[in-house]
Amino acid sequence: MTELKLPSLDYAALAPIMIMLGTALLGVLVEAFVPRRSRHVVQLTLALLAVLAALTMVVLNADDRLVTAGQAIAVDGPTLFLQGAILVLAAMALLLIGDRTVERGGAFVAQAAVTAESADDRKQAEGRNGLTEVYPLITFAIGGMLIFVAANDLLTMFIALEVFSLPLYLLCALARRRRLLSQEAAMKYFLLGAYASAFFLFGVALIYGFTAGVPGRSAGVDFATVNAAVSESPASQVLLFAGMALLAIGLLFKAAAAPFHVWTPDVYQGAPTPITGFMAACTKVAAFGALLRVFHVAFEGGGWDFTPVLGAVAVLTMLVGAVLAVTQTDIKRLLAYSSIANAGYLLVGVLAPSRDGLSGTMFYLVAYGFSVLAAFAVVTLVRDADGEATHLSRWAGLGRRSPFYAGLFTFILLAFAGIPLTSGFTSKFAVFGPALDGGQAWLVIAGVLTSMVLAFPYLRVVVMMWLSEPGESTPTVTVPGGLTSAALMVGVLATLVLGVAPGPLLDLATGAAEFVR
Amino acid sequence: MSNFPFLSVLTVAPLVGALVVAFLPRHRPELAKQVAFVWSLLVLVLSVVMWVSFNAGGDRFQFRESYTWIPNWGVSFTFAADGIALVMLMLIAVLVPLVILASWHDAESSKRSIPVYFALLLILESTMIGVFAAADVFLFYVFFEVMLVPMYFLIGSYGGHQRQYAAVKFFLYSLVGGLFMLAAVIGLWVVGGKTFDWQALSQVDISTGTERWLFLGFFLAFAIKAPFFPFHTWLPDAGGAAPAGAAALLVGVLDKVGTFGILRYCLPLFPEASKWFAPWALALGVIGIIYAALLAVGQNDLKRLVSYTSIAHFGFIGVGIFAFTTQAGTGAVLYMLNHGLATGLLFLVVGMLISRRGSSLISDFGGAGKLVPVLAGVLFFAGLASLALPGTAPFISEFLVLIGTFTVNKPVAVIATVGIILAAAYVLWMVQRTTQGTLNPALTEVDGMRRDLNLREKVVVAPLIALIVLLGFYPKPVTDVINPAVQATMDDIGRTDPAPSVGGTVQEAQR
Repeated sequence: MTELKLPSLDYAALAPIMIMLGTALLGVLVEAFVPRRSRHVVQLTLALLAVLAALTMVVLNADDRLVTAGQAIAVDGPTLFLQGAILVLAAMALLLIGDRTVERGGAFVAQAAVTAESADDRKQAEGRNGLTEVYPLITFAIGGMLIFVAANDLLTMFIALEVFSLPLYLLCALARRRRLLSQEAAMKYFLLGAYASAFFLFGVALIYGFTAGVPGRSAGVDFATVNAAVSESPASQVLLFAGMALLAIGLLFKAAAAPFHVWTPDVYQGAPTPITGFMAACTKVAAFGALLRVFHVAFEGGGWDFTPVLGAVAVLTMLVGAVLAVTQTDIKRLLAYSSIANAGYLLVGVLAPSRDGLSGTMFYLVAYGFSVLAAFAVVTLVRDADGEATHLSRWAGLGRRSPFYAGLFTFILLAFAGIPLTSGFTSKFAVFGPALDGGQAWLVIAGVLTSMVLAFPYLRVVVMMWLSEPGESTPTVTVPGGLTSAALMVGVLATLVLGVAPGPLLDLATGAAEFVR
Repeated sequence: MSNFPFLSVLTVAPLVGALVVAFLPRHRPELAKQVAFVWSLLVLVLSVVMWVSFNAGGDRFQFRESYTWIPNWGVSFTFAADGIALVMLMLIAVLVPLVILASWHDAESSKRSIPVYFALLLILESTMIGVFAAADVFLFYVFFEVMLVPMYFLIGSYGGHQRQYAAVKFFLYSLVGGLFMLAAVIGLWVVGGKTFDWQALSQVDISTGTERWLFLGFFLAFAIKAPFFPFHTWLPDAGGAAPAGAAALLVGVLDKVGTFGILRYCLPLFPEASKWFAPWALALGVIGIIYAALLAVGQNDLKRLVSYTSIAHFGFIGVGIFAFTTQAGTGAVLYMLNHGLATGLLFLVVGMLISRRGSSLISDFGGAGKLVPVLAGVLFFAGLASLALPGTAPFISEFLVLIGTFTVNKPVAVIATVGIILAAAYVLWMVQRTTQGTLNPALTEVDGMRRDLNLREKVVVAPLIALIVLLGFYPKPVTDVINPAVQATMDDIGRTDPAPSVGGTVQEAQR
């Protein structure tokens, strides 16, 4: 038995992760010791401060390129860029989560254990303050995502996956209204997510087996070992391919790529809208961050083997997302399918085997995150007496009732459709350009064709809002409080700025686009 | 004076005007109209100054400006105008104030914000100027796509019958073309060494297969935009539903982006592919001339009829471009200008008729000339200009296209000539059914039909009539500007005009 050695820890490099996880623990204590009426303010402030502090540490670490914690965590350009992205987007999501003016008491249920649709349930929906356990949960999730994009071995990655997934399953169940839908969403997400995690773990085991027997190395699941094994291992390639496939299933599930996407519309629809926004923005960043690292670092040598398969997944994802978006009648489900299609475009970027492809994908993640959070912010505002009015027919004539918010939403939809001068266009260019450069013309053509299909549902919403006459049941837009307004404005402005002047962020992404190995 | 940044100022100025107009108080629509009109006049004045300072015998591209935009992708704000672009810019500058004046009361019937209508017109002007002034392929693409947004809202919010359907159809058709072009733009960027500068790209050597694909991407976008047969079905819907002023801009200017794009991007950047595809393009042009003219004859809706006549005219322009002779090319460009004037006038006059009658169906008219003689006269003139009667400007362009084509491709020229006869049929029959003959008694009961052209409307039509007659007799100032640019384009694709032949056939001359 060899003596156990403590790995050396670079505390500064790990600070963002430790801040978030530490704050989450602190949040649990706040639940126990702070009086109920001030908990909301304390928790929200704490979470926002933690995100801010973590972000500061990310900025201070900007020049770090190292592997720490005994090969477990890599702090390099992509890690820092994506951690920064997650934190900024999470801050916006926190603003949406913390808003209690749009819906009296917030978007979250006051008592999760009450039977759905009962008299008690109706009472809690009438404006009792929502749960504040939401904040520690979301902080845990953010912490998990920060580890996920930094993980440098498959086991750390698995643990991070669970750390951010479990709170999300719970959060999905906490919608204030339409409790059954919300609980159903959480249940589906949990069951399918558990399967996906199991696949992932299975994949890790197979890869571990594959790495055994490389001369001069012991078996392991850190990326350097895996990478060495890909080119030198005497073991059967079947182990490698099966392991890669199972890992990919786990990751593509989180990324909402077809055919592992079926949970997306249900979960997006049932979850409380701020959480949906958080998932659409931050989970995407985390999932694609991990995908990029796994395929660019661990399986770099096996590139020619997985590219056609992932390419097929990308095409299928774009196709499924675009075609099914056309048939949707609920705005949250529409945005869910649009997010699936966007996962397809992001995969095109992942498959561009160059530094430009990597930076383009990271740019896309940030740009899309801002737009999609702004979109869901608007969704929280359009409501009637029963909560959010998500059915599309209810949005008819909204432009007449509330031209300002309908205008903002139109702008975001045009961004999703990829009209120039919005970030939607620049980000598509950022992934399609390198993909074409890398010889993946078929993916670009598929991307362009599906963009055409996808333009139709977006345009239909625009038509609904502006060209239809308002009906009796057209809800009004609730004038948002400061928190939602701030998140919405940041999202819209980012969509515009990244569309008109993407240069600085592209520079940042290009500078960060190199993994440590 | 030639150092003045004309093109960027011209692009930005209407946009600033649009912002000013949009934020004027809603309850003072008159103020918004006046500001918009004066603003567009200022743009016109600046354009005239630019026209005067353009040196027809000088460089191919003038007024070049370049500012860095996205260095990571080699994108820059590069503006430059050749003779073709200059003519189109002038057309925009002339048409927009007239359209604003003609649309003075158009937005009032729609219950929607009147300042926004005029702001949209100015935004549209800005994007139209940008698309013709851009000398960076990325910048061109940006304007090409963004141009859809104001037009979409002009049709969708302020249009007539079936406006939603027409607006969405217009947007989707154009977007589909635009996305094909985007794929080609990215492809061009990759093979061209990561630059978007037109001049750099025109030097790039592209392999035959790639060149053909890229050509197709661009051509498809432009063919939908122009529109050429069989991508034309959106135009009658959009033209029929759009308010008359917007329709005049849509057909008069917006669609020219398609033919302009072919001249500026397809031919010089992909010369070999252009030659390879030319027979197909000529075929589309000829089919368009005949097919659209036949459909125009059968229309009962005035605005749809005018839209179909435009498709036929775009067929002529297409034939002129792909004949690859300087005469035909000059004719095509001149046609782009003249068609803008003639069809713009026709759309505006038809709009005046329709707003009086409250219906756009030809069968609702009949003998209108007895009630509104001046208006009927102007309609007749616009119709004659549209069928290219000698003495009006379109005649010269149509004639140039035909003789330019005849020297290299007799059958096409002969078939295209049939289009002239059909043009006479649809115009004269339309004029006869609306303004001639016995008076439709229903017309006398409509108040509007008792008012002939007022001063504002006369001011709208007078400059257009004057220009059409002037350019019909003395097109030299315009052809002087166009000729060198067309010549340069023909040089780009390496075609020289066949030597004039005396006695022998064209084939012999070519040998």
